[in-house]
Amino acid sequence: MAKNKKRVSRVLTYIVLTLVSLISIFPCYWMFISAFNSTEQIVGGRMIPSTHLMENLRNLFDTYPIVQGVLNSMKISCITVMSSLLIASLAAYGFEKFRTDHSEKVYNVILIGMMVPFSALVVPLYRMMAKSGIVNTHAAVILPAAGSIFLLFFFRQNFRTIPDEILESARIDGAGELRIFATIVIPTMRATYAAAAIYAFMMSWNNYMWPMIILSSDAKKTIIVLVSKIVTSGYYPDYGVQMAGLVIATIPIAAIFMFLQKSFVEGLTGSVKG
Amino acid sequence: MTGKKSRPTHIRTVWFRLSLPMIICVASFMLYPFVYSLVLSFYSHKGLASSFVGAGNYVKMFHDPTFVKALGNNLLFLAIQVPLMLVLALFLAYLLETKDLKWVGFYRTALFLPCVTSLVAYSLVFRTMFQFDGLVNRLLKAMGFISAPLPWFTSRALARAVVILALCWRWTGYNMMYYIAGLQNISKELTEAAMIDGCSRLNAFIRIVIPQLKPVIVFTSVTSTIGTLQLFDEITMLTEGGPGNGTMTVSYYIYKQSFELNNNYGYSAAMSWVIVAIVALLSLIQLRVTREE
Repeated sequence: MAKNKKRVSRVLTYIVLTLVSLISIFPCYWMFISAFNSTEQIVGGRMIPSTHLMENLRNLFDTYPIVQGVLNSMKISCITVMSSLLIASLAAYGFEKFRTDHSEKVYNVILIGMMVPFSALVVPLYRMMAKSGIVNTHAAVILPAAGSIFLLFFFRQNFRTIPDEILESARIDGAGELRIFATIVIPTMRATYAAAAIYAFMMSWNNYMWPMIILSSDAKKTIIVLVSKIVTSGYYPDYGVQMAGLVIATIPIAAIFMFLQKSFVEGLTGSVKG
Repeated sequence: MTGKKSRPTHIRTVWFRLSLPMIICVASFMLYPFVYSLVLSFYSHKGLASSFVGAGNYVKMFHDPTFVKALGNNLLFLAIQVPLMLVLALFLAYLLETKDLKWVGFYRTALFLPCVTSLVAYSLVFRTMFQFDGLVNRLLKAMGFISAPLPWFTSRALARAVVILALCWRWTGYNMMYYIAGLQNISKELTEAAMIDGCSRLNAFIRIVIPQLKPVIVFTSVTSTIGTLQLFDEITMLTEGGPGNGTMTVSYYIYKQSFELNNNYGYSAAMSWVIVAIVALLSLIQLRVTREE
């Protein structure tokens, strides 16, 4: 009896997990194969790829500056990742390894900033950018993202594991703090930097609200903002073109994630364990 | 000698020099605009002119039917979607922690996959799937659940349901990862002992495991709540607030007020401070609850 019951619950577990996994995968699968289909086929509910990929891509590249959009996204994301990682990890090193009463107070004030909803900052940020004359530039997208409070918190949690003895012996050898940071902290915390880089890249690449507001000309727009316009621009949109655009906007993130999935999940969940 | 004397002050300011770039960034792109928006919220803007209205904007918004509706929608999404998603995430994490389960890697990747998609991409995919003559209606009809296609985006209740479904699809796996990490951190001995004493696995989970997961549960609840309060991308892409403001949210209304309708920056700033107040309150509650531990 008991054995039978156990077997039933095991089978149920597999059924539920498989079903939920399929639901989870399906929209991604459908987006991908729909890039190969015409609008009629997509609306008609076709669930396998057809032969319209080249046609969709041609229409997409003819109507929107897709290549420019991908390049813009690459540029913004790469600069954001490098600057935010450097700024946040330097500060995290300072806050963690040179703690004073003052530093703890400043750190706590900064952390409160993590709770500030971005929609509260949009209007003042826009007016600041307008006053400085940098509306519709990539700098206006990068600057507000350069100081990431989440990354500061994340780095500090992970820097706890750096043994003080190593830093101390380097100091006795006469190394300056910046040199210790560059030659000891960064190399030993490579896994943390990798997870932080993926997180920052995803956030920057997928960011929609701020780039949409601040970038007005098509030549400056990120790929995400460009493809978001495909649906809102026509009364009855060309779904095949739209799906092709979405696939192009998703591929870089999906590729990065597939390659680095393990370190990403471990790195992120590691920060809540502490 | 002088070197030794000056060293303590030198050490005491290292943190400041290392964190200076961060402090400058936070001060200029977070603190300053934050204070600026509070100041703005006491002014009214019409075109290029602005005038001091005191608490006028705060009074006005609670007489503004669209704002009241938007806030109500935010709270509605929050009350239904956050509990639904978190219970599902916890349940899936529990299933994935079954002893000797096969294909764990596949299940985990499949369930985390939605988190990789951008909010814009998945919202547009959902919008296409739920079109009147779209895939979902065709599938439901083929399976015999409905006789006529459902008007997903022209019925208020159905449009809200699509938003909730889409949000659950995108964020359940994300929260599940936190629960898995939490589950792996608590010892299994207590649960196993209880099960030897005849306690069922589910019962042991509810009575023994969930109480130990409290910090993670509080963390995910608060972050999901804050996320739902700021709902913007999905609404822009999926429903554009419609039908009849039925899925309008505060963030989307703030955007429309400041950049599409009439550039009334002061009014938008005041509305955003309502969200700030709610988020602050929730964070305080979280702090209280986790401090009790």
